[in-house]
Amino acid sequence: MQISFTLNRRPTTVEVEPATLVAELLREQLHLTGTHIGCDTSQCGACVVHLNGLPVKSCTLLAPALDGATLLTIEGLTGAPGSNQMHPMQEAFREHHGLQCGFCTPGMLMTAVALATEKPDLTEADVRHGLEGNICRCTGYQNIVISVMAGAAAMHAAKGE
Amino acid sequence: MKPFAYHQPDQIPDAAKLLTSIEDSKLVAGGMTLIPTLKQRLASPTALVDLSKLGSLKGITDDAATITIGAMTPHAVVAASKLIQTKIPGLAALASMIGDPAVRSRGTIGGSVANNDPAADYPAGVLGLGATIITSKREIAADKFFLGLFETALELGEIITAIRFPVPVKAGYAKFKAPASRYALVGVFVAKFPDGVRVAVTGAGPGVFRVPPMEAALSGHFDPSAIAAIKIDTDGLASDIHAEADYRAHLVTVMAKRAVEAALS
Repeated sequence: MQISFTLNRRPTTVEVEPATLVAELLREQLHLTGTHIGCDTSQCGACVVHLNGLPVKSCTLLAPALDGATLLTIEGLTGAPGSNQMHPMQEAFREHHGLQCGFCTPGMLMTAVALATEKPDLTEADVRHGLEGNICRCTGYQNIVISVMAGAAAMHAAKGE
Repeated sequence: MKPFAYHQPDQIPDAAKLLTSIEDSKLVAGGMTLIPTLKQRLASPTALVDLSKLGSLKGITDDAATITIGAMTPHAVVAASKLIQTKIPGLAALASMIGDPAVRSRGTIGGSVANNDPAADYPAGVLGLGATIITSKREIAADKFFLGLFETALELGEIITAIRFPVPVKAGYAKFKAPASRYALVGVFVAKFPDGVRVAVTGAGPGVFRVPPMEAALSGHFDPSAIAAIKIDTDGLASDIHAEADYRAHLVTVMAKRAVEAALS
């Protein structure tokens, strides 16, 4: 079947089998390998993308669900348009050492950006509750939580300018 | 995953017709249970009938004494709804505790209730509030809907379109999560109405159930202390690597007390 959707702000049309997972479509057909498949059982969150602005696990989403939708992957996460800068959340992860091996990072960032967008004044408890679906095996989460708090503050500071 | 045909009807009768006419076809709502099941090849339907194009299944309506939630309304929308936060805060809290943010973006109330997972959260809210399940064919009272392990009163080709909740005086939900899955090891929903209290338990047994002794005690005195000494029988409760039956029985009392506390807060 043919599906059309907006992928990282660009109109995209692809031919897919209905039993294709979005994570497979992104990585194998569209060669966007920033979306990682960690567990493939909906547990780890390394594959989180934004579907119509909401965080979803792309390993647990069938490609037909994309038809007519807007999809944002880690490749589409950027700083101010034309600035060639990283997104404030990415900057915060770098600044606060919110990653070690980096495998979980794309999913962490996508979940974190969705969290910060949904709730401007995030508390540490909100962040820990919001990251329940993202597993990191390196950091022990402490620096990830610090990064998300800092990234959320930077996102809202940038918005206020 | 084995291949399947994919249908996206935009009318409920068309969806029902596809479901009855294609052998081994299945409905998909948010897919939060079905897609992992397909990936593990625990199910291999010939066709999926996707309900996402049925606009009439989405949204929340306020009818004063009741609130009706469309079957395709995602958990995140229920959790964030000002209307539900105001009129049935216990239900909004329940929705905010399901799975994780990604699950709450996609998972739907209709899908959860139709699946009737023995450890799902919504069945406790639906039974605890004495809600009515509205389908493409009829209306079914919650007390007659949940029939046991993954089993409901739904007939072949019958589709849940909405759930109608009576607005309680007070209601609360508390759950002890299985840490990895965030399903309820035990979850208890408590709802106080002018004519009495309802207590519904999920996670503890093969399906959601009510606890009449707690309902009677709380109807007399709506306070955690009223049920502190009531312990449910371990007969029929689940025992597995996560918890033995007697631990689950213990948790029912603890979670029921916390649910009452949540309702009073």
